[in-house]
Amino acid sequence: MTRVVLPYHLRSLARVRGEVTVEATTLLGVLDALEEQHPALRGTMRDPASGRRRPFVRFYACQQDLSHDSPDAPLPDAVLRGDEPVLVVGAMAGG
Amino acid sequence: MAAVRVLVGTKKGAFVLTSDERRRDWTVEGPHFGGWEIYHVKGSPADPDRIWASQSGGWFGQVMQRSDDGGRSWNPVGNDFAYAGDVGTHQDFDGTPKPWAFTRVWHIEPSRTDRDTAYAGVEDAAMFKTTDGGVTWKELAGLRGHGSGPSWQPGAGGLCLHTILLHPTDEQRIFAAISAAGAFRTDDGGHTWLPINKGLMSGEIPHQEAEVGHCVHKLALHPDRPDTLYMQKHWDVMRSQDAGASWHEVSGDLPTDFGFAIDVHAHEPETVYVVPITSDYFHVPPDGKLRVYRSRTGGGEWQPLTKGLPQEHCYVNVLRDAMAVDRLDGCGVYFGTTGGQVYCSPDGGDNWEAIVHDLPAVLSVEVQTLP
Repeated sequence: MTRVVLPYHLRSLARVRGEVTVEATTLLGVLDALEEQHPALRGTMRDPASGRRRPFVRFYACQQDLSHDSPDAPLPDAVLRGDEPVLVVGAMAGG
Repeated sequence: MAAVRVLVGTKKGAFVLTSDERRRDWTVEGPHFGGWEIYHVKGSPADPDRIWASQSGGWFGQVMQRSDDGGRSWNPVGNDFAYAGDVGTHQDFDGTPKPWAFTRVWHIEPSRTDRDTAYAGVEDAAMFKTTDGGVTWKELAGLRGHGSGPSWQPGAGGLCLHTILLHPTDEQRIFAAISAAGAFRTDDGGHTWLPINKGLMSGEIPHQEAEVGHCVHKLALHPDRPDTLYMQKHWDVMRSQDAGASWHEVSGDLPTDFGFAIDVHAHEPETVYVVPITSDYFHVPPDGKLRVYRSRTGGGEWQPLTKGLPQEHCYVNVLRDAMAVDRLDGCGVYFGTTGGQVYCSPDGGDNWEAIVHDLPAVLSVEVQTLP
């Protein structure tokens, strides 16, 4: 199982506390699984028309920014082992 | 005893203000969806417990929320607003073609008769309709597909469809307004649309009387006289007596005819309210005085309403969807400000009192009159 940490607004929308877990080995799989398990998250991390990541959303894991990697690339081993989570992060804003 | 429920959308959440028919003591609930921009909250005339909310933000896009218990609890519904067919382009601020792209829902207009049907006005300007309680939204593509669509250009707030008026008895007739394309009408339920801007004059566009391109800020009508429309344009307050086929100016003796909000008294079709704002460069009231102006003659002659409103050092704005009226005797009038105040007049505008002082900037105000 892949662990995912959602930001506050998305936890509120999905009505979850703490981490969530999904069956996925790629970032694309994580997004598909999150939207399947929590339909309220559809369209919040990626544009529903284009499928592109929203500009102010980032995906981190193992101290790496996965946002610009291929969404089909395998997630880091530590994530696949369950040692590390995927972090969904709202980009810094506010100056 | 009758009651009112005031639905307030703000820059940082939604609030529900309730009172009995005296409208003196208020209960304030919220914020709902704290931290999100709530462009509009509106209840269904067919089922007052059903309320729609447009929730959006820079990080996570558009979410649509629906309550079926009068705003006590909410559930997200569908948020896929996909433009129909070949998306095409409109003009960007600099005049270059720009593909239409959905940003947010500015306005929700629930059906008068069916709780599951509602219309959504969105940016980039288009109208969508749901008939399944918000699970799915389908574009009424004839509007954006009007031949003038590629020439539409955004106003400073974006290319937004911000006004939807449903005819009180003819479900096929709908009015819409877009900044900065103008006003439109359909007589066939949204399949085809007609620009209704004859008589408008706008100094901000090359051809001042063009068929489209006018920055219409808001439309209003009274259900007893649905052919009479009122308009707050960028500049000018306008009136039509033929369902938008032609317009004439009724700014009259207003101190300035720039503004955003306009509404009509619930029981007097010729009584109209506006909030004059200094200008497009100064989005604040003239002279630091917050004044609602009331015309009892369908425009032309206006009376300032000041009792209970700040008459010095007031520099807030009142946005286009931030004024509403209730249907109680005496007609309550409500408006919200970018300073976070929501004012209520329980007597048609003669006396005002702030229900709340310190909300986030108010984007929209709607009122439900409950039995």
